[in-house]
Amino acid sequence: MKLKGKVWKFGDNIDTDAIIPARYLNTSDPVELAKHVMEDADRDFPSKVKAGDLIIADSNFGCGSSREHAPIAIKAAGIQAVVAKSFARIFYRNAFNIGLPIFESDDASTKISQGDEIEIDADAGVIKNITKGETYTAKPIPPFMQELIFAGGLIEWTRKRIKAS
Amino acid sequence: MTITEKILAAHSGRDKVSAGELINAKVDLILANDITAPISITEFKKIGAKTVFDKDRVAFIPDHFAPQKDIKAAEQCKMLRDFSRAYDLSLYFEVGRMGVEHALLPEQGLVVPGDLVIGADSHTCTYGALGAFSTGVGSTDVASAMATGECWFKVPESMKFIYYGKLSKWVSGKDLILHTIGDIGVDGALYRAMELEGETIRSLSMSGRLTMCNMAIEAGGKNGIIVPDDITEAYVKGRAKRPYKFYSSDSDAMYVDVKEYDCSRIPLTVSCPHLPSNTKPAAELSNVSIDQVVVGSCTNGRIEDIREAAEIIKGKKVSPNTRMIVIPATQQIYLQCVKEGLAEIFVNAEAVFSTPTCGPCLGGHMGILAKGEKAIATTNRNFVGRMGDPGSEVYLSNPAVAAASAIKGRIAVPDEVI
Ligand code: SF4
Repeated sequence: MKLKGKVWKFGDNIDTDAIIPARYLNTSDPVELAKHVMEDADRDFPSKVKAGDLIIADSNFGCGSSREHAPIAIKAAGIQAVVAKSFARIFYRNAFNIGLPIFESDDASTKISQGDEIEIDADAGVIKNITKGETYTAKPIPPFMQELIFAGGLIEWTRKRIKAS
Repeated sequence: MTITEKILAAHSGRDKVSAGELINAKVDLILANDITAPISITEFKKIGAKTVFDKDRVAFIPDHFAPQKDIKAAEQCKMLRDFSRAYDLSLYFEVGRMGVEHALLPEQGLVVPGDLVIGADSHTCTYGALGAFSTGVGSTDVASAMATGECWFKVPESMKFIYYGKLSKWVSGKDLILHTIGDIGVDGALYRAMELEGETIRSLSMSGRLTMCNMAIEAGGKNGIIVPDDITEAYVKGRAKRPYKFYSSDSDAMYVDVKEYDCSRIPLTVSCPHLPSNTKPAAELSNVSIDQVVVGSCTNGRIEDIREAAEIIKGKKVSPNTRMIVIPATQQIYLQCVKEGLAEIFVNAEAVFSTPTCGPCLGGHMGILAKGEKAIATTNRNFVGRMGDPGSEVYLSNPAVAAASAIKGRIAVPDEVI
């Protein structure tokens, strides 16, 4: 799987209240949620972001609440993937469970700039910066998580297990 | 092994687990609320399971936007009720019986020492105070566990925090945990178990322990945990709805890091906007004016917290420049407040005394901030926009500091008003 697109850059500790503020959580409709994605980090983001774009952030992306609405809003806004130095653990789980590709890479997070065009080779864990002509590597995805992705997310994985037993 | 590893091993049918391993473990209790359960319900239906794994071990608690604040919230709450009826769940808590989930479940004896609990809410880590392994997961994790009774985990590395020395007057569990987060940062314990111990913890009340474990997530922790002792026994005896088991850490257990704190030197502590780790001594913040004070939440909405705030505000008035909102975390606490005359103290002080709800803690309802307004709250998060407009600010403190600040209309310490 190759993911190519334009980058939006964010800093450290982007919390789930910034990704999707609680005032919009009286619904879990992905389309509604996408209208407010990253709004409290950048007011104009929902109108600027285009389907196919990517998010690059620093450390601890997705800290705070367990709301799955956060990766759902990102995915529903058409953002293909998130690359960060590190992710908060519930966000990390949720992203795999719902099928939002995420990658951990110090190098990519430090060197990629706002507006750069990048291409991620998800299987190889290689991130190419087309604008700057650089290449970075992402941390390998643990085998169990790959199994989850391969099954099409946690729900599919569980469905198959139940059927098999 | 550490207490965390022992509980995970026991629930995955193994003699031993070690940090970094991925395991599948049986859960004792699963919870979700009116924000997270709707997604769990939708996903659960996709799995095609006919029943939940155990109708007495799935707790649905509408607490965030309940009592239902608007039509959309009402629809979400109704999903919980309809599902609970259809699947015959015994642990559905209707408005009037509900409370803030992490205060309600321990109070009702529904989580017990030795349990493995998951919840679609990040503050599920609260129950570590009872010597249980509990952690927040996503709605989809909950959906899958509702069908199978199991969940996958990466066994976390453990970090030890040793607290010693006598607490100064009014300094509480809240100050200790804010101080700790200020020291290690909001990702200082990322993916890790935070094991809290030492003489100060051993003499800390269950209420203070719950407050501390509640905020483990604010340091990025997977769980907070305290080895059970006499205080735990006294708390669970008479309320535990299931048999329980005390686990403890071995003397040769592995810790990736050990931190020590002399509690006699920890001051009344406040987290300034916009991160829980942005801590300062409360006494240095007397120039910060305050528009709203909130006492409540899963962090500090227990009877001990409300008594503390009442003790400070008794016979006084909330500053004319400030509004104060007091929210007992459960119906039982609410009733206790009425019986003890605490409700009257707050009403006489011209504060609002509310029915249990998460409400303003997450900027839901019952006290939202306008642009430019500042609040001091006994809650656990002060991110941008957490309590209302992205241009508002939240300071976090213990109940005594919050009450003193209500009287002064600015951040204040109890000694200034008593
Ligand atoms: S009181 Fe606040 S932190 Fe606790 S469960 Fe409710 S919204 Fe979450």
